[in-house]
Amino acid sequence: MKKHRSSSNIILAVEGLKKYFPVRRGFLQSVIGWIKAVDGVDLTIHQGKTLGLVGESGCGKSTIGRLILKLLEPDEGRVMYHGQDMSGLSDEAMKPLRKEMQIIFQDPYGSLNPRMTVGQSIEEGLRTVGMKGHGERKKKVAHLLEMVRLRPEAAAFYPHQFSGGQRQRIGIARALGVDPSLIICDEPVSALDVSIQSQIINLLKELQNQLGLSYLFISHDLNVVGYLSDTIAVMYLGHIMEYAPAEVFYDNPLHPYTLALLSAIPSSEPGDRHTLPSLAGDVPSPFNPPPGCKFQGRCPLVEDRCRKEEISLYPVRAEHLVRCWKVIGD
Amino acid sequence: MLSVQDLKIYFIGDRSVARALDGASYEVRTGETVCLVGESGCGKTVSALAILGIVPQPPGKVMGGKVLLDGQNLLDLDEEEMQQVRGKRIAMVFQEPMTSLNPVFTIEDQISEAIMVHEKAGANEIRKRCIQLLRDVGIPSPEERLKDYPHQLSGGQRQRVMIAMALACNPDVMIADEPTTALDVTVQAQILRLFQELQQTKRMSLLYITHDLGVVANIADRIYVMYAGIIVEQGDTSHIFQDSRHPYTQGLLASLPSRTKRGGALHSIPGLVPDPSDKPLGCPFHPRCSFAVKSCKIKFPEMYDYGEGHVSRCPVLYNKK
Repeated sequence: MKKHRSSSNIILAVEGLKKYFPVRRGFLQSVIGWIKAVDGVDLTIHQGKTLGLVGESGCGKSTIGRLILKLLEPDEGRVMYHGQDMSGLSDEAMKPLRKEMQIIFQDPYGSLNPRMTVGQSIEEGLRTVGMKGHGERKKKVAHLLEMVRLRPEAAAFYPHQFSGGQRQRIGIARALGVDPSLIICDEPVSALDVSIQSQIINLLKELQNQLGLSYLFISHDLNVVGYLSDTIAVMYLGHIMEYAPAEVFYDNPLHPYTLALLSAIPSSEPGDRHTLPSLAGDVPSPFNPPPGCKFQGRCPLVEDRCRKEEISLYPVRAEHLVRCWKVIGD
Repeated sequence: MLSVQDLKIYFIGDRSVARALDGASYEVRTGETVCLVGESGCGKTVSALAILGIVPQPPGKVMGGKVLLDGQNLLDLDEEEMQQVRGKRIAMVFQEPMTSLNPVFTIEDQISEAIMVHEKAGANEIRKRCIQLLRDVGIPSPEERLKDYPHQLSGGQRQRVMIAMALACNPDVMIADEPTTALDVTVQAQILRLFQELQQTKRMSLLYITHDLGVVANIADRIYVMYAGIIVEQGDTSHIFQDSRHPYTQGLLASLPSRTKRGGALHSIPGLVPDPSDKPLGCPFHPRCSFAVKSCKIKFPEMYDYGEGHVSRCPVLYNKK
């Protein structure tokens, strides 16, 4: 597989990304406010590494995945692939880049056409990248199925004939068809049973080692993210709250929200507990949030300054960034 | 308190019979939290529905076994008698509160309905009870919430309302079927704590059904592990987590991802859960089991006793001991 590489090993960089969705109401559908789904996010993904993006529902993590793939246009900010800014690119100019970036969804049943055989679904992707020969495509499909540990005969069956775990394998095979470098994994194992989940996690890990893939792994499950990721970013209401290498993240988490998340995971390992009063209330709506820190409404350590002054991500040491007045001090 | 004995429930289709529950026995003692753990399709939800007599029949059919509540077999009761049990003696909380709550009635309507089915009381009295119930489940300013419709509440609050409804008639046993699966982790932690508090203050027995071993470790007194319609292992929480004697339980525990397992490959159980209409002969787990020997393919495994209530259905590991 030949891939053009820039000098640095940063495969994807996201800078100041913003996406606001208008909320409309009334007969004239006038805009009454904005949902700040993604509100100024910076991320970098290194070649062959996994960035875990964690957060509760509605925090904007899936929106980031879609912005990176240009399935949504950002309102502000840039997404750079190997240093190349993608924001101004036309659909035509995006085509070669689409080959480089693929996505795996949570529900593979929803993303596979029920009227196409698995083979046809995978071939469709191959055709769009210009693989013309019929025989060549068939061979590639068989190879892809083998890569995800399915038998080549699977190509002749329809999606409903497979179990959830197998369908997820098909989703992965389809994504791999165009030889991508970066795969956005949007909650790929959340809908699976424990014993199947570990099969898929192992597969993703093996493929990464084999093909040098980079992953953006979006999940709400800190156990899965902790197992797979090299770097972890925690999101809350459109902001990154903490950003750290995985070891640092678990050994020395600093943001009160991270601590709350960690203490909320029901852990099967005794002695793996952090002590902090767990959070009250629900994840607030991202609609017109108050000024200051977005976490103020649920934070056990909240003080006056958090309600007034905007705070940005501060580095507390190399590669460890935190967005919290209490942690940073003055 | 509640004892399920050798319960068999089959779903009969045109061409096949799905043996959803294939002789499962378990019991919940007074004031105890029992977890029923298993992957999808193992029969855990069906067994809960059977306790309440709400398995859709047909296609479902109870093929044998008993459900004893204080010694009385619930399967012998007619519909009217069963009404007296449901809600009043045994109440259930479902996974998806949005689909279990009626969207066109207010919270007050729905909770008071749950009370009025079983008790005669004046309107004022009922309203007071509703407010108290909402307060018990930790809903802030309950007086104002009474007039709300389900869609006005968040997922966590809806689940609290469901729990309030289940508590309405002070049941002896509460069955909770994956009540936190649809919730965010921080909200899940709140609901789990609520269950623990309620159980202690109200002294009810709790049968908690889940696939999440992390949740189980946090709340269970005793655990039953289900696979393909049967109980494969049972015991105290510490037995199951620290000294499991069944290959399936061991496999499940080993396949949980966590940051401490980083680096190495995660253990995984090969293969798939068997189709309930086409289960393998002998031990249902043998095609996926790394310990399987010849006899596992032929002989249905007995329960082997390890003492202190720890029982497992695996002859191979028992003989190794």
